Amino acid sequence: MKILVLAKHVPDTETVIKISGGGKTIDESDFKYMVNPCDEYAMEEAIRTQDKHKGESVVVSVGPARAQETIRKALAMGLDRGVWINTEGYSGGLDSYSVALAISKVVAEEKPDVIFAGLNTIDEGAGNVGPMVAEFAGMPSLVNISKLEWQNEGKSVRAERDVESGIVEIYEAKTPLLIAPHQNLNDPRFPSLPGIMKAKKKPIAEKKAADLITDKPKVEVRTYKLPPEKAPGKIFKGKPVEEMVTEVVKLLRSEAKVI
Amino acid sequence: MTHKVLVYAEVRNGKLKSTAGETLAEARKMLAGKSENLHAVLLGEGCEQHAKTLATFGASKIYVVDTPDTNTYQGEPTIQALTQIIQKNGYTVVVGPASPTGRDFFPRLSIRNKGAMLTDVVGFSLDGDSVVSDIPMYLGKCAKQAVSAASITFVTLRPNVRPSEIVDANAQANVEKFSVEFDRAKITSKVVEVRKGAGERPDLTEANIIISGGRAIASKDNFKILFECADAVHGSVGASRAAVDSGYAPYEMQVGQTGKTVNPGLYVACGISGSIQHLSGMRTSKCIVAINTDVDAPIFQKADFGIVADLFQAVPILTREFKKLME
Ligand SMILES: Cc1cc2nc3c(=O)[nH]c(=O)nc-3n(C[C@H](O)[C@H](O)[C@H](O)COP(=O)(O)OP(=O)(O)OC[C@H]3O[C@@H](n4cnc5c(N)ncnc54)[C@H](O)[C@@H]3O)c2cc1C
Ligand SMILES: Cc1cc2nc3c(=O)[nH]c(=O)nc-3n(C[C@H](O)[C@H](O)[C@H](O)COP(=O)(O)OP(=O)(O)OC[C@H]3O[C@@H](n4cnc5c(N)ncnc54)[C@H](O)[C@@H]3O)c2cc1C
Repeated sequence: MKILVLAKHVPDTETVIKISGGGKTIDESDFKYMVNPCDEYAMEEAIRTQDKHKGESVVVSVGPARAQETIRKALAMGLDRGVWINTEGYSGGLDSYSVALAISKVVAEEKPDVIFAGLNTIDEGAGNVGPMVAEFAGMPSLVNISKLEWQNEGKSVRAERDVESGIVEIYEAKTPLLIAPHQNLNDPRFPSLPGIMKAKKKPIAEKKAADLITDKPKVEVRTYKLPPEKAPGKIFKGKPVEEMVTEVVKLLRSEAKVI
Repeated sequence: MTHKVLVYAEVRNGKLKSTAGETLAEARKMLAGKSENLHAVLLGEGCEQHAKTLATFGASKIYVVDTPDTNTYQGEPTIQALTQIIQKNGYTVVVGPASPTGRDFFPRLSIRNKGAMLTDVVGFSLDGDSVVSDIPMYLGKCAKQAVSAASITFVTLRPNVRPSEIVDANAQANVEKFSVEFDRAKITSKVVEVRKGAGERPDLTEANIIISGGRAIASKDNFKILFECADAVHGSVGASRAAVDSGYAPYEMQVGQTGKTVNPGLYVACGISGSIQHLSGMRTSKCIVAINTDVDAPIFQKADFGIVADLFQAVPILTREFKKLME
């Protein structure tokens, strides 16, 4: 089985956002980066799937040089090789569409039976890229999957998708297909020391974003802004609980008017 | 140019979701209050019963696709149905809810129709002929104003960011039955079963009041006091990931980065510390109340009202006071 994983290198969760250039840019100078958390579930599921069905696993990441760190981590966890789509020197804007378009070219070349993607990223977080890649490739996308059973020797799956309020849609789908796991599907492993050593020798192929993104972006960003500063809240402490709660309920009606 | 807008009105378990009214209201605002180019689509057998409601929200034409293929959402048939309606009728803006269902197929729909995708926006409008939108990013730590550069634009609107509006309570539905020619070879994934949730409370993403519990709830049983509190005000109950991971609450209740993004009028966080991952799922709530024993808990910095107290003492009193208000 050929397995593809999509993974993005993203600013750390705790990153403080500063806006510069009169709202035109985000100041990234202090950023630290990490593997997008949801993508680790995708990596883990790829490894488990390969354990069962053999074949080859490939991780793809779009981004500047640092994106290779995410690829290395995936290789250290156990994936076989990487494809880095280098955005350095690419002058067009990158929206979900252009990122998906670039990845779709790799999909066309690699012809995976299954693609694992993250649910969403912690930076832009649209959750667009997985379904868009699947659409380019003409395969179904099963998103937010909490349970996955392979059938017919890996030619089809039965997958449970958590919708909301306890509603679960159970899909049967044929490969090729794309799956975005949710946090309950697995527990991503930590790379082992031998894994890290081995990863250093695993190949990462480089492709240029400029060669793969053959169309203009469809969405442009005009400005960035921080959310309005919230006025400090009213904190009640050191009084009888009875008194504090009744006071707050009063304010919820009279001041906040939410009840 | 004049924009022609199609709104996907989501139906689940035979019920019209509240997002239908919200998306129609925002789209109508974009069209400067005019309804002639504001149309909606309903999918699934028996869905026509909701056409009248959509008409009262200002939809001047309602497509009804009542084939069994769309009775339950399963991706591809919905995408094919909408694509055929869009292409036959020349829509330039297509709007849906940023619900789990809307977010599942809109990105695909945008690619199939060579359009721009504006996902999970908190508002959209026109600047000249261009569709512009505000989109939260970086876990809600900042927002971008994004503009469509394509001739057709797809938008998903975050639930609860604005109210519905009844334009004309007596409006009659102008229904057009639309029959879809499905390309069945493309349908390689099918829903074989749907497990229904309890369904007695509103979906978290649509709820107006959410009472949420964290690790401090300490057991599954203890969540009862939150359900009692939520039921007093027709609300729903949420949970932090720590509560979900500890087995006190099912995943479907999780609010945050890897759970649901919610946007209620009132969010009451009980025994939740206020991690960035949790905040990212609820920070746009209009009013946040925090109940926590630790005065230094970060949640108090985001709270409109904070109560430094033991939740097991505070919540029952809250429930009692809510009941009084609702009488
Ligand atoms: C001005 C500007 C400059 C930008 N520059 C860059 C840049 O240099 N490099 C860059 O990567 N992004 C850049 N971006 C961000 C880029 O627009 C997003 O990566 C893109 O929109 C993906 O959407 P998302 O983050 O919402 O991912 P989502 O749609 O939330 O991602 C879902 C899943 O898709 C996969 N995925 C998403 N993005 C990637 C990726 N890059 N590589 C591999 N898999 C992926 C992952 O599995 C992820 O979990 C830039 C954005 C702007 C506005
Ligand atoms: C990749 C990733 C994704 C994540 N996604 C999510 C997500 O989607 N949603 C989410 O919530 N978290 C998420 N997390 C986890 C997050 O980082 C926190 O660990 C989690 O939110 C903590 O939950 P909590 O506030 O319930 O628990 P804690 O942080 O342990 O806080 C418990 C709070 O209860 C208070 N308390 C104790 N006893 C009482 C009492 N009797 N009465 C009142 N207060 C009391 C304590 O003072 C404390 O503030 C994610 C983490 C990672 C790494």
